[in-house]
Amino acid sequence: MLAFIVRRLLQSIVVMLVVALIAFSLFNFVGDPINNMVGQEATTEQRAELRERLGLNDPIPVQFLRFVGNAAQGEFGISYRTARPVADLIAERLPATIELAVTSAAFALSLGIVLGVYSALNRYGWTSRFVMTASLIGVSLPTFLIGILLIWIFAVNLQWLPSYGRGEVVDLGGWRTGFLTLSGLQALILPAVTLGLYQLTLIMRLVRAEMLEVLRTDYIKFARARGLSNRAVNFGHALKNTLVPVITITGLQLGSIIAFAIITETVFQWPGVGLLFIIAIRFVDIPVMAAYLILIALFFVIINLIVDLLYYIVDPRLRVETPAARTAA
Amino acid sequence: MSLVLGSGLALASAAQAETLRWASQGDALTLDPHAQNEGPTNTMSLHLHDPLVLRANDMSIEPGLATSWEAVEETVWEFKIREGVTFHDGSDFTAEDVAFSLNRAGTEPSDFRNYISSIEEVEVVDDTTVHIHTSGPNPILPQQLTQISMMSKAWSEENDVETAQDYASGEENFAVRNAMGTGPYKLESREGDVRTVLVRNDDYWGMDDYPMEVERIVYTPISSDSTRVAALLSGELDFVLDPPVQDLERLEEEGDINIEQGEENRTIFLGLNLREEDSEYDNVEGENPMADKRVREAMYHAIDADTIQRVVMRGRSVPTGTIAPPFIDGYPEELDERLAFDQERARELLAEAGYEDGFEITLHCPNDRYINDEAICQAVAGMLGQIDITVDLNSQTRSLHFQDIGNRETGFYLLGWGVPTFDSEYVFNYLYHTDDGQRGSWNATGFSNDRMDELVQQMGTEVDEETRNEMIAEAWEIAQSEVVYIPIHLQVLNWATREGVNVPLRADNQPHMATASFDD
Repeated sequence: MLAFIVRRLLQSIVVMLVVALIAFSLFNFVGDPINNMVGQEATTEQRAELRERLGLNDPIPVQFLRFVGNAAQGEFGISYRTARPVADLIAERLPATIELAVTSAAFALSLGIVLGVYSALNRYGWTSRFVMTASLIGVSLPTFLIGILLIWIFAVNLQWLPSYGRGEVVDLGGWRTGFLTLSGLQALILPAVTLGLYQLTLIMRLVRAEMLEVLRTDYIKFARARGLSNRAVNFGHALKNTLVPVITITGLQLGSIIAFAIITETVFQWPGVGLLFIIAIRFVDIPVMAAYLILIALFFVIINLIVDLLYYIVDPRLRVETPAARTAA
Repeated sequence: MSLVLGSGLALASAAQAETLRWASQGDALTLDPHAQNEGPTNTMSLHLHDPLVLRANDMSIEPGLATSWEAVEETVWEFKIREGVTFHDGSDFTAEDVAFSLNRAGTEPSDFRNYISSIEEVEVVDDTTVHIHTSGPNPILPQQLTQISMMSKAWSEENDVETAQDYASGEENFAVRNAMGTGPYKLESREGDVRTVLVRNDDYWGMDDYPMEVERIVYTPISSDSTRVAALLSGELDFVLDPPVQDLERLEEEGDINIEQGEENRTIFLGLNLREEDSEYDNVEGENPMADKRVREAMYHAIDADTIQRVVMRGRSVPTGTIAPPFIDGYPEELDERLAFDQERARELLAEAGYEDGFEITLHCPNDRYINDEAICQAVAGMLGQIDITVDLNSQTRSLHFQDIGNRETGFYLLGWGVPTFDSEYVFNYLYHTDDGQRGSWNATGFSNDRMDELVQQMGTEVDEETRNEMIAEAWEIAQSEVVYIPIHLQVLNWATREGVNVPLRADNQPHMATASFDD
């Protein structure tokens, strides 16, 4: 057990280092930040001096080692754009992204399960056919288009909901939340729907397929034969068994919701880390870009680590040392 | 559900008419007025602070915190300080604050130090008089001071921000998110990249000089073009500084949105690398075709600026024959004439220079910096193709483009240039002077002319207006005759406002809300 955990942790560290290296070497191709940092009046000499002072003239391996050394201590340097500590910028922005991700995950999960169950139980009804067809559209439209479409309908034409921003926020000791104000909740609706739509479709289709599968099994037939009510059979027996894969998928998807919030945040000017990243790219703000990529990689690595460890605990077969088990890990 | 949301928003849109909700693509980078010399940052800082000399909406200069100024000696400017001005915290504004602010803005790491590098010493004569000693005569010091915000000395000392914010320092300073100025607006709240709220300073010295009708400014950066337009259409904004060009016609069709249009302080032009040695950005071995003036003229003749204006810019640009906007001092009106669009003449000139079969060259172009920049380059490539100059287009993001220009790794490139001092000297200094590390930092053409260099250095210190104008005229003469750059057009700026909101247009693209007003 201990050996497995240690090995798994070491693997995670290697993954993080590789991500850091790839992220870092990419930045050699995004251009020179100096022109975005000084006015056009700066002389050639002043530019060269600033480049030297920021260590941009050092060889890439040296810059990389310095970066990893600092990053390991949670120190990501100073944003080239705002000259503020990157760690502070990210800490300020993370609540917005997490609130958006959690809301959209909740939206996708609740509506996804309800619609999935409904369309499985009424698979030949016209509403469930409509839902299934509509879900195909939801999957195939790109996120930014969905976002703009929603803005067009609900903000510009109906004027029900705001088209941008996060509304009023309340500061709860370092965590700024939009959950506690009316304008904050209103501002949350469109981006959360945009971000959650894809996951919703995914969960709905998964629930429907699993549910249909389960409904065909013998124990459901026995349950019906025992004279249990439809309600008890569908929700007590069938749904419960459907949820296991759904929970696994949802856990894994939460990471990607946070990672892919970039587009939604840009469309809605949602002040989260994704928007921070996009603006950083435009200004070649290398420290912010690097820190963001590391952060997202860390999310994925941790989630995968937890999932693996849970499998290990749940499934005794993995504990036997076999070559197959090693590759599975 | 919809009822609740509907009423909530109706409430928001019926907000007090005195609030101005304003958006543009980017946010001020910092509130430290001396840290970064960049458009949105300067705009914000000039609402919170005042400079000694103000630039009015028509770009003329007028008294700000100084009521008058004159050169009392060749190297000494005397500024009379406005009396009875207070900072937002109620403390008095004095000559000491002037000296402090100029010193702060003039030293590293301030981004404004090049503006006022001529200042040697700021001498406080009495409470209302300041003598600014310059290293040599400096005729345009008042113009340069329009960009320098005055801060409170006491406040800066108290909060440990006696020098400007620095990239390499490892920590941010207090002035990044706080401000103490004398300006028409006070800072109410600031959340970088999210929202900045300013409220009117009712004790402002200019309360009677300006409309001052805007009581509250809510500034929100919205980076996505379509979202910015949607927010304006949905009534969530009153003013958009930079509506996307492709949406202008649509916005104009909306009855309750006005588009204000005017010439911007920015020209777009092509730079030609005319160094003698062989350039690696063309297919000609052993020599650089553009070192030959006839080739440069041929390229100029082949470019049809009117077509670019009509087709690429949809009428929203002003073709020009100089690389300087018409409202700057020393603007050479009689020289501002384009070489005629004449493909025959172009081919003749090419043949005379020995390139009857043309040549191939790479054009470096940004694709996210100027209005329709990439499309302009495509048009240019097509036009030069007509005279057998095959253009290989290399268009890339601004950070890579400016890096190439900075490293002098271009043979032929597109550049835009604004003149914040509104004086010809600025253009010569950066674009025509020999590139020597100090001057000529944007002169990637390799152009080097001794007489030009001499003139540029002299006009920096010549106080006699007439002599100086003659120097500027001579320099323009040289610049125009050498065809160092091929001018294309003056960029036009567009500001979108909701009906009933008036924000006077400024060529520097920096709205001044003290002068904005509302229709009743």
